[in-house]
Amino acid sequence: MKGRVTAISGATVTVALPGLRLYERLFVGEGMLAGEVVRLEEEGAVVQVYEETRGLAVGEPVVRTGKPLSVNLGPGLLGTMFDGLERPLRYLHERRGPFIHKVGAVASLDLEKAWLFEPRKNKGDEVRPGEVLLTAKEGGMEHAVLSPRGGVIEEIQGGELPLSEPLGRLRDGTEIFGCHEWPVREPRPFGRKLAPSEPLITGQRVLDFLFPVARGGTAILPGGFGTGKTILEQCIAKFADVDIVLYVGCGERGNEMAQLIEEFAGLEDPWTGRALMERTIMVVNTSNMPVAARESSIYTAVTMAEYYRDMGYHVLLLADSLSRWAGALREISSALGEMPAEEGYPTYLGSRLSDFFERSGVVETLSGRTGSLTMMLSLSPPGGDFTEPVTQACQRVAGALHMLDTSLAQQRHFPAINWSQSYSLYERELARRLEEGPFPGWESLRSRCMDILAEEASLREITELVGFEGLQDADRLTIRTAGALRRDFLQQNAYSEDAFSPPEKTVSILRDVVRLHDLRLKRLKEGEPFDEVMKEEAP
Amino acid sequence: MRYAEHSYRTVSRVAGPLLFLENVFTARMGESVLVLPPEGEPAEGEVLEISGRTVMVEVLGGTRGLDLEKTRVVFTDAVKHAPLSPLVLGRIFSGSFAPRDGKPMFVPDSYAPVTGAPINPSARETPREFIETGLSVVDGLNTLVKGQKLPVFSGSGLPSMEVAAFLLRHARLTRGSFAVVFAGLGLTHREYAFYRAVLEEAATEYAAFVNLASDPVLERLLAPRLALSVAEYLAFERGMDVLVLLADMANYCDALREVSTSREELPGRRGYPGYMYSDLASLYERAGRIKGVEGSVTMLPVVTMPEDDITHPVPDLTGYITEGQLVLSRALHARGVFPPVDVLPSLSRLMQEGIGEGRTRKDHKALAGRMYSMYARGREMRRLEAIIGREGMSERDRGMLDFADAFEREFVTQRGRRSVGETLEAARRLAERFEEEQ
Repeated sequence: MKGRVTAISGATVTVALPGLRLYERLFVGEGMLAGEVVRLEEEGAVVQVYEETRGLAVGEPVVRTGKPLSVNLGPGLLGTMFDGLERPLRYLHERRGPFIHKVGAVASLDLEKAWLFEPRKNKGDEVRPGEVLLTAKEGGMEHAVLSPRGGVIEEIQGGELPLSEPLGRLRDGTEIFGCHEWPVREPRPFGRKLAPSEPLITGQRVLDFLFPVARGGTAILPGGFGTGKTILEQCIAKFADVDIVLYVGCGERGNEMAQLIEEFAGLEDPWTGRALMERTIMVVNTSNMPVAARESSIYTAVTMAEYYRDMGYHVLLLADSLSRWAGALREISSALGEMPAEEGYPTYLGSRLSDFFERSGVVETLSGRTGSLTMMLSLSPPGGDFTEPVTQACQRVAGALHMLDTSLAQQRHFPAINWSQSYSLYERELARRLEEGPFPGWESLRSRCMDILAEEASLREITELVGFEGLQDADRLTIRTAGALRRDFLQQNAYSEDAFSPPEKTVSILRDVVRLHDLRLKRLKEGEPFDEVMKEEAP
Repeated sequence: MRYAEHSYRTVSRVAGPLLFLENVFTARMGESVLVLPPEGEPAEGEVLEISGRTVMVEVLGGTRGLDLEKTRVVFTDAVKHAPLSPLVLGRIFSGSFAPRDGKPMFVPDSYAPVTGAPINPSARETPREFIETGLSVVDGLNTLVKGQKLPVFSGSGLPSMEVAAFLLRHARLTRGSFAVVFAGLGLTHREYAFYRAVLEEAATEYAAFVNLASDPVLERLLAPRLALSVAEYLAFERGMDVLVLLADMANYCDALREVSTSREELPGRRGYPGYMYSDLASLYERAGRIKGVEGSVTMLPVVTMPEDDITHPVPDLTGYITEGQLVLSRALHARGVFPPVDVLPSLSRLMQEGIGEGRTRKDHKALAGRMYSMYARGREMRRLEAIIGREGMSERDRGMLDFADAFEREFVTQRGRRSVGETLEAARRLAERFEEEQ
């Protein structure tokens, strides 16, 4: 059924077309611009268009799809870069040139590419929804085709088959394909949620040891410009101990994405030794690409993340930055003439954010496997002011706060994570696992480290008044040790070998610093002069 | 395509720069229109919103003298395009592409939409080719590379114009043909005269789009877009390396705020519209390089920070989009340092890619790191000196104090151009002098 465009204002288009549903996807105008119904009114539907509307005229046709905004899920996602609407960017570059003009409808996955599917069930088997029917090799990963519903298998065939061909059929007539569509704004089903208990090792000492994040948890990384959010997110994307990484470049710089793609292409996953791109999916909507697709990009990404979680994988979703998503939400809301709340953001900012954060977690999948979806999201508060609405709304739901500090960044202390204001709510849940696993003696070492840093902070003011030389010996030692902690433990140069710190290295650096401190303190107490005590090199 | 000219005399309302027309058939979003007032020159305009048969048009040249009876509006059936040709070089135009230098308009080879189109991130080439600006603080410590956007954050009364002029005069690339595209946004006559003299005496080819402080506000929004369409053409069609200078983005943002208010949009922080981030990105992100294509667009926006406040929305949003910033300091300026660039808050995000062996020199990274940490230490000592006095400080700390002074006097301050070799030599000598004293 076709309708007509009746009004246009920026990316907000009103169409006359009866029977539309809220959040239905449409194609608008002769250029087949992608759009989504955001409001239904008596005179017609208000559509948010995901592309540039320049040149669109009133009276142009509108085509229904009957489906909400969805992504196509299947083998071939890994290693690919998509825009916020799951359109493959390299494909567009090859076919349409270096600039993005009106895109229209483009297939996300190559439907003609064949994959070697191996059946895991037989004809006549009874299956529950979400059970593994077939598997295929996607890069180094086993990609599972899950049953869309429960029933008895009428037919199932393996072999080298393209995604466009059915792999089998259930008795009720449901055909099984290697790929399927899923609406991005609807969380995928799972068996049950489990409490997070496993630490996620990122290779960043200050995160892993001081403010650990649990698999299935959420963390936010707010920081003003120049504090190294992007570099940190990228380091985590490279080194985190997970199966799959979703990297969302949300409203950020194009040159950064070019760098990232180039760099990732030559790197290995430090945990498996395989090509890093094989475990990575990028969803990229740079700041100059259409705003509405920026808003949808995080949903596109989280749906893909859930899809791999449902196969029993540990997935990490990184978004840089969530503030740009919120900005897009604000632009859309204001174009719709909605009543604004704080700083122009819509009143539903908080509930949208919590809905999104709640798509994280450790789950028992429908097929009984365990998968997790962890989120680490950067925030770009205007003016570096953390009291602004987006940071505040995120703080209410996030499990860890890794605060990036402008003054540390100006001292070229990277990652510029402020150790006195950051926190992790997962500490208690993770304590036992950290002690048993990667960091023996974690609790006591961590508290020693935090104590020395806290003591240094309180000594700072006095030092400014009396100078370093005017302090007592023990205090001078604290300052020196804190200096070593900052230099050798908290800082990590993203451009060196040290960019990735395996757990053994992390714990051994800290243990050495603390041990040396204790030794020196003991000698000071025995009356040795400060300079003599400090001479000794680390063992 | 329409076969007859569409022209209307159905103006129902004029408000600020906006004009409303009734009973219009098939207007297009962003379509260019010609507004013919009862008397005087026609003005250009653009379709901003369409609601059924009612069309809202934004008039570029100002709406003074328009009436409801006689004013005629002609629809062109095309979105706003910039005329393109190599003949733009050596010319000065207004913010709506009218010649400002008294010469006739050129005959264009082709046209491109003024808003441009986003570069596919997959098609972008990582910027890593060094641009020698001749300024030690830039080349040595905050290196500029081809395809980068690096703003100059200034304060009122600080010599941002002189810094920009220095870069225009002295920036060089190792190879390829080079051109400057200048967009003057809300310039005073004095500023215009200054930039014009600099452009005319510089050895490089240039094209300028100048919107004066007294010119229509809407043209201030159009001028940088025209400049960038021309820059993209020269870069990606003609293979030139183009340096785009935008001065001053604070005026641009104020114009954006003014227009947004007249459209009755909801104001955001400090009255600037909520979409200012996306709007600025639509300009800044046009800098870059493309895989397999010669040429590059490098951008140097000048931003005057109101009240020297770096957290003001204009510098703040700029800093979130650009790849670093050069921050001018009032304290350095007062001490007679030129260029008064404070290296501590300054940053070039793409520097790592552009320096080192084969690009500048092998020891560049290490030298820059040493300069930086010694100066940071020296600045910290200055604070200490203010509290306990120089006498109360250790020998070593006094050394760092002296380093900070020498660094500002000898390394940052410069009269003429320095090659990157000279810059790095100066850095090495300075580092060695003070490290020996330790």
